[in-house]
Amino acid sequence: MANQEFPLIFERSKEGRTSYSLPNLDVPEIDLNAELDDVYVRKTPPELPEVSELEIMRHYTGLSNRNYGVDSGFYPLGSCTMKYNPKINEDVARLEGFSHIHPYQDPKTVQGAMEMLYDLQTALKEITGMHEVSLQSAAGAHGEWTALMMIRAFHEANGDFGRTKVIVPDSAHGTNPASAAVAGFEAVTVKTNEKGLVDLEDLKRVVGNDTAALMLTNPNTLGLFETEIMEMAEIVHAAGGKLYYDGANLNAIMGYTRPGDMGFDAVHLNLHKTFTGPHGGGGPGSGPVGVSKELEPFLPKPIITKKENEYVFEYDRPQSIGRVKPYYGNFGINLRAYTYIRTMGAEGLKKVSEYAVLNANYMMRKLEKAYELPYNQHCKHEFVLSGSRQKKLGVRTLDIAKRLLDFNYHPPTIYFPLNVEEGLMIEPTETESKETLDGFIDAMLRIAEEVENNPEVVQEAPHNTIVKRMDETTAARKPILRYYK
Amino acid sequence: MEFRYLPMTETDQEEMLQTIGVSTTDELFSDIPSSVRFQGELNLKKPANEYELKKELTEMANKNASLKQYTSFLGAGVYDHFIPSVVDHVISRSEFYTAYTPYQPEISQGELQAIFEFQTMISELTGMPVANSSMYDGGTSLAEAVNLSAAQTKRRKVLVSQAVHPESRAVIETYARGQNVEIVEIGLKNGLTDLDHLEQELDDTIAGVVIQYPNFFGQIEPLQKVEELIKQQKKTMFIVSSNPLALGYLTPPGEFGADIVVGDTQVFGIAGQFGGPHCGYFATTEKLMRKVPGRLVGQTKDEDGVRGFVLTLQAREQHIRRDKATSNICSNQALNALASSVAMSSIGKHGLRKMAALNMQKTRYAIEQCKAAGLEIVYEHPSFNEFVVKLSNSVPAINDKLFEKGIIGGYDLERNYPELTGHMLIAVTEIRTKEDIDTFVKELGDING
Repeated sequence: MANQEFPLIFERSKEGRTSYSLPNLDVPEIDLNAELDDVYVRKTPPELPEVSELEIMRHYTGLSNRNYGVDSGFYPLGSCTMKYNPKINEDVARLEGFSHIHPYQDPKTVQGAMEMLYDLQTALKEITGMHEVSLQSAAGAHGEWTALMMIRAFHEANGDFGRTKVIVPDSAHGTNPASAAVAGFEAVTVKTNEKGLVDLEDLKRVVGNDTAALMLTNPNTLGLFETEIMEMAEIVHAAGGKLYYDGANLNAIMGYTRPGDMGFDAVHLNLHKTFTGPHGGGGPGSGPVGVSKELEPFLPKPIITKKENEYVFEYDRPQSIGRVKPYYGNFGINLRAYTYIRTMGAEGLKKVSEYAVLNANYMMRKLEKAYELPYNQHCKHEFVLSGSRQKKLGVRTLDIAKRLLDFNYHPPTIYFPLNVEEGLMIEPTETESKETLDGFIDAMLRIAEEVENNPEVVQEAPHNTIVKRMDETTAARKPILRYYK
Repeated sequence: MEFRYLPMTETDQEEMLQTIGVSTTDELFSDIPSSVRFQGELNLKKPANEYELKKELTEMANKNASLKQYTSFLGAGVYDHFIPSVVDHVISRSEFYTAYTPYQPEISQGELQAIFEFQTMISELTGMPVANSSMYDGGTSLAEAVNLSAAQTKRRKVLVSQAVHPESRAVIETYARGQNVEIVEIGLKNGLTDLDHLEQELDDTIAGVVIQYPNFFGQIEPLQKVEELIKQQKKTMFIVSSNPLALGYLTPPGEFGADIVVGDTQVFGIAGQFGGPHCGYFATTEKLMRKVPGRLVGQTKDEDGVRGFVLTLQAREQHIRRDKATSNICSNQALNALASSVAMSSIGKHGLRKMAALNMQKTRYAIEQCKAAGLEIVYEHPSFNEFVVKLSNSVPAINDKLFEKGIIGGYDLERNYPELTGHMLIAVTEIRTKEDIDTFVKELGDING
């Protein structure tokens, strides 16, 4: 199957071929260059392709065949919540009354859109137990940074300029320390203990009057619930810091517990994870932020409120951190999430978390026979295995991941979190059937056997993909980032 | 209640619980302390079946006045352009839209190649050698450019023209505060950036200068003159925010020495969607290649020498560098970048110039008609597809009356420029017909009196 190069759209291009069908010039033509200084008139046209419409469809259909999505097969990518993307969501997002509206229309003419946003805010407040929600942030990392900017504004409003540090567990997603840095904080690490949870003693050591916040994912990236969450909240709050919830793993706890009830002051959600926004090959996402009453004045503006029977944008927010994004957020993604919440309701969402957790525990128990399980306890929606046994036999986790491609599975997240050697982070999600899980389990067990009996087949994987392993070193050393004719 | 996304059966559940060695799923949640366990049921609307929900949401959508029902002259950063049918057919292929970030290149060549092609198209349009795989939108992309200029020059002050989109400026303010970067706004002179003011403020403490081209009022800023000023300061970076469609006709910022060019590709195949998701682009020089925020796709070969594509230069990114990353961006707008790539492929090399020219021709026509109707055109510089008229009444009041005639009027500039009372920013794209324009101008003239 290998050795299949695919032409670039530019390589299909041929002078004189067109695919466009533009409106007519139905007004008297004037000489545009008469008034425009010649220096501003483009001399060389950009080298966009010249192809027919069928060639475009063949090209992109060909590319889609060289891609793999949730609709193609199982995608147990830990921390990414690759669940089914419902089709009604896509249909609703394409309704003209939603897709073809302008952000600067008079709010009176877009009351349906504003009603949806308001209802979504209300639902997310209930699900998270937070006081207020803003839908402006475009993605998870954007939401993290938004909330940290609010926490910073809160401390500064109290005349407290010495809170320069944000505490992040060593198991945290890379966006946490990065967002802290972009918000102007220094990221400091708190260690994970032998149980896979935040080490309270270490937390007490790093916390202080320079602590702005602790960022936490619960369940954490090992898929374990931070059982001492109330103690942690107390430690951080006693020091004057705020507790921040990274909602990447909300899929595990809906209807079971809420960040607001666990003492969190701010949360972000990934609507493209828990709430079925499609990942789109990397985006767009949506990263709403929920906050406590105390932080509410600092929300990005505008916020959407309801006045009598009308939805309005409220701009008069003197303590607001300002705008984090033009307009009102990724409306189209928020709409998909809303459609999903309306489909599931409270009963459905609780079942989502119940089954996500059941699926993960089932897989973990089936796989622990062949792979090292560093933290042996009930997991939540995901779990982390270590490829350390296989490594001793000369096979790396990367090889195992590549071998899974031959069985037509997307591999788990690998080498993350950083505190697990040769980590394999598996998140099945609730939308997968037992048969699918069993198929994947069989493949994983077979690979473990291959590692013992025929390691080369794993080390040299993949064998069945359209291309083999890529030379990433040369790609980074001598970057080719665009096509030249 | 049945849930069609949940395949778990009772038998499955029993078998799985047995394997795990527990008797109920609740035991799997026993690690959540009872003090934080949520009691009862979340207070959400009852679940709706597919038919009912589609009906409910269609009714909700119908409460909005869509640009398909009304003739719109509203732009100000979000434009009503023609979208070729191929675009939605491509982005509806679920191998694209249900995929994650292409971290496994062997099964993600489709996405990776599509992004590589997107990078190439943006590079061509802007005249810059390097473009990334996308940013959230034009506003945040611009804010990242501002912070990059400060980090790169180790200076803490950036000059931003007031003719830059007001919401982009607001986003810059927030991002800059995070990095303790000071923003100094450069005033306006007759609808363009005041170059005298710019010259006064420019010195060796300035990290970057931000200009929008065409600017928020649709006017084409004289980038050559700006370049001459900036060149006098060796390290100061020239940051240009550009509507990429305009670059089909206008000389690209890369030819005026721009260090970073950003903007939004919403104009190519992406519907307005009440302001998002759109798609930011970020283009720069080879020198800044290793400082670019976000993902980059590079060409390479596999073990057999077959050409392929991978995510590259990842040492810039948060998942490798954590707090030392050049940005915290992770998710981007990949699917919308794909939509724009398809639209750009469809419009093509010659179609692009034609489409840009159509916007300019129709805008010129609208300007002439407004003048003929006795309306005052405020700025008379060459413009792309927007212009400003001064009206005798407040813009919202006039827009209310236009709306009754089936027209969505222009943008009220007083929202952001208090001195511009009664000033309306009007956008005319290629899909407005002569008849649309004539009707609009007549109604506007009548209402204005």
